[in-house]
Amino acid sequence: MNDFVDAIQFIFRSQESQAGGARIGGAENLPLLWDHLEVTGAAMLLAIAIALPVGLILGHTGRGAFAAISVSNVGRAVPSVALIAFFIAFFPRTSAFVNVTLALALLAIPPILTNAYVGVRQVSTDATDAARGMGMSHGQIIRHVELPLALPLIFGGIKISTVNVIATATIAPLVGVLTLGDPIISGSVYGRAGQIGASIIVAALAVAAEVGLSAVQRAVTPTGVKLQNPKRRAQTSP
Amino acid sequence: MTLLLALLLGAFALAACGEDDESTGGESTEQPSSTDGGGSQIQRDEANAKIKLKIGSKNFTEQKVLGEIYAQGLRAAGYDISTDLNLGDEQTALKAVKGGDIDAYPEYTGTALLSFFGKKADELPKDPEAAYEEAKKGFEGEGLTAFPPTPFTSSNEVAVTQDTADKLGLENISDLEGQSEKLTLFGSPECRQRLDCLLGLQQVYGLKFKKFVPVDLEQRHDVLTSGRADVSIVFTTDPQIQREKEVLLEDDKGMFPPYNSTLVMKQETADDVGPNFEKTLDMIQNQLTDENMQELNARVDLDKKDAATVAKEYLTETGLISA
Amino acid sequence: MIAVLAQLQIQERADSCVADDGICPGWIAENFDRYVAPFFQHVFLTLVSVAIGFAIAFALALVAHRRRWLVAPVVQVTGILYTLPSVAVFFLLLPITGRGNTTAIIALVAYTLLILFRNVITGLDGVPDEARDAGRGMGFTERQLLWRVELPLALPEIFAGLRIAVTSTVGLAALAFLAGAGGLGDALFDDYSFRSNVLVAGGLCVVLAAALDLAVLGVQRLLTPWAR
Repeated sequence: MNDFVDAIQFIFRSQESQAGGARIGGAENLPLLWDHLEVTGAAMLLAIAIALPVGLILGHTGRGAFAAISVSNVGRAVPSVALIAFFIAFFPRTSAFVNVTLALALLAIPPILTNAYVGVRQVSTDATDAARGMGMSHGQIIRHVELPLALPLIFGGIKISTVNVIATATIAPLVGVLTLGDPIISGSVYGRAGQIGASIIVAALAVAAEVGLSAVQRAVTPTGVKLQNPKRRAQTSP
Repeated sequence: MTLLLALLLGAFALAACGEDDESTGGESTEQPSSTDGGGSQIQRDEANAKIKLKIGSKNFTEQKVLGEIYAQGLRAAGYDISTDLNLGDEQTALKAVKGGDIDAYPEYTGTALLSFFGKKADELPKDPEAAYEEAKKGFEGEGLTAFPPTPFTSSNEVAVTQDTADKLGLENISDLEGQSEKLTLFGSPECRQRLDCLLGLQQVYGLKFKKFVPVDLEQRHDVLTSGRADVSIVFTTDPQIQREKEVLLEDDKGMFPPYNSTLVMKQETADDVGPNFEKTLDMIQNQLTDENMQELNARVDLDKKDAATVAKEYLTETGLISA
Repeated sequence: MIAVLAQLQIQERADSCVADDGICPGWIAENFDRYVAPFFQHVFLTLVSVAIGFAIAFALALVAHRRRWLVAPVVQVTGILYTLPSVAVFFLLLPITGRGNTTAIIALVAYTLLILFRNVITGLDGVPDEARDAGRGMGFTERQLLWRVELPLALPEIFAGLRIAVTSTVGLAALAFLAGAGGLGDALFDDYSFRSNVLVAGGLCVVLAAALDLAVLGVQRLLTPWAR
């Protein structure tokens, strides 16, 4: 219980490090929080920019089913540490921040890609046939018919990825990118209070992302779809 | 010229002897181990078998090698040794030995004085023996005993690349005054709170860096060579200093104490290790000179051999255990 | 003597591929046995954690299947466990359970619970009502219904969850070295600037995950002959 109280203190009040000398806690956490959000944001934007178009096109054409589903399985199998280490080892002259962002983006792509693919596949052929009948081009069909109807699943994938990236960004300090993982990893500098405090902040971030994106997911689900199939769920679990 | 040639020939001859599997009496006269005073073998004593010890170490190459050397050497003497190396930084290791998670680990006298016993820079003894005696006293206060130290000393040092030194005209650490605001310093996570690291640079030299980035200790040279770091904290026994032609800045204000390695153990455990422990320890470590330690580090960091293999090589090449 | 050799050898080490942190097939071949112990530690951690996680999740799911009001709270709690960054769980457990396998396994088990619980429940829910009616028609008791009708039909979903749990756990176990439990992450972090090391350690992780995934799939095919 004491640890918990100290942790809350660590979140809100700045103090001396365990062995003295450095400042930690309170406002000192803000740069860590900012860097954490920065690397998460950059990774997610990159991941969406790559995964969404690919998933949509694959879903539209119906090709690459095996690839689209396998990428999820393979993606889960690669440990985040290995990805980060891979980039650091093979691109030592690139800044560590860029390397970590690339690694996290790779981590975030599979759920988005798979869900976009599945989302488009689940759009009823009636709708796409009607659109074709109206003379829409492929691009128009994707943009005006399939994408809106696939949005719920797409946001489901984005939600899964975002929570994953927020959690994984905690190991970035091992390679010199200072996120909220620093207090967790450098226990001798921050102490138990710091470790617990930072964990609480990260967990809160993850929960906020989950809740926020769930709300967005609900908002973009067309009412008709909501009523039709309350039990529909993505083929990728978290 | 002829001296260098003679040295080279001598070195090759010794290298050939070292690799030779047949250690006949004729070959052994080539090995100067007898003239160096070391080279006697560790004898296995059955009485030691009931003494169980867990050896720990901190989280960088030299520590892992030291841990393995102690473990394998003591095992050869018949002790029951297990290891739990790569624990973390000095605070973590101290906690581990005080808490009984491990029985012993190699600590550095200088680190102990600054990080555990709160000595200030101007209170630091310059003499390695004096540093050991003070560290020993400090450890006794914590219920720990520090065994006699190794010959080698591995000091923290401030390092820059040759280019940086030339560009900014750096020879001493105090040359960084006025320039450090534009430079990035990379160090271990605990560097922020250590008086022989960032904290000391701030307090003793009054230096403020543009940015301090904590990275895993093993990266301390990679960050310099890849250009990510302007300044890095390295150890004097690092082989990369010579290889990458790094420049070590002079500690003109005397911030760094001597750093000999001493095995630290809880007093109660030390009382039960038997009369020959210290003698065996002395045999194991008295050939750990600066050059030898640097060579062993090179075998791990540059040749990418693993610490256990390199420790075994040390013990066999010095004749402490038979090949 | 070592001392003399040292002076002359720092500049030119025999194998410069290795000293330059490159991809060195020779080094990999020679040092491959370094990865054997970490590999098996990794296998151990993964299998034990998934086994324990499955046992707990399965039991919970069976209970919650009959008492629906339990589903939401269990999903909540396991979900919260899931949002805690794994690094944090390893470090926070350290002072309580010490360095070693126990700490790592507890953390890894916690991460499998959500996936496995959710999939068992979903699997059971997905059993068509007609099948249940048929079973009741044949005079099955509730328990017979569960074991002879519902569970067999839920197997595909359950196995899907197991496959996900196994591959995720292999990934997470790469961090187990932070708790002192070894594994391939330990080998990886030993020198993460050395490309050969990163390739081998990382590659073995992926290979292990793929192998375990196929193994689970194989068991699934064995247990559900009617699905072929």
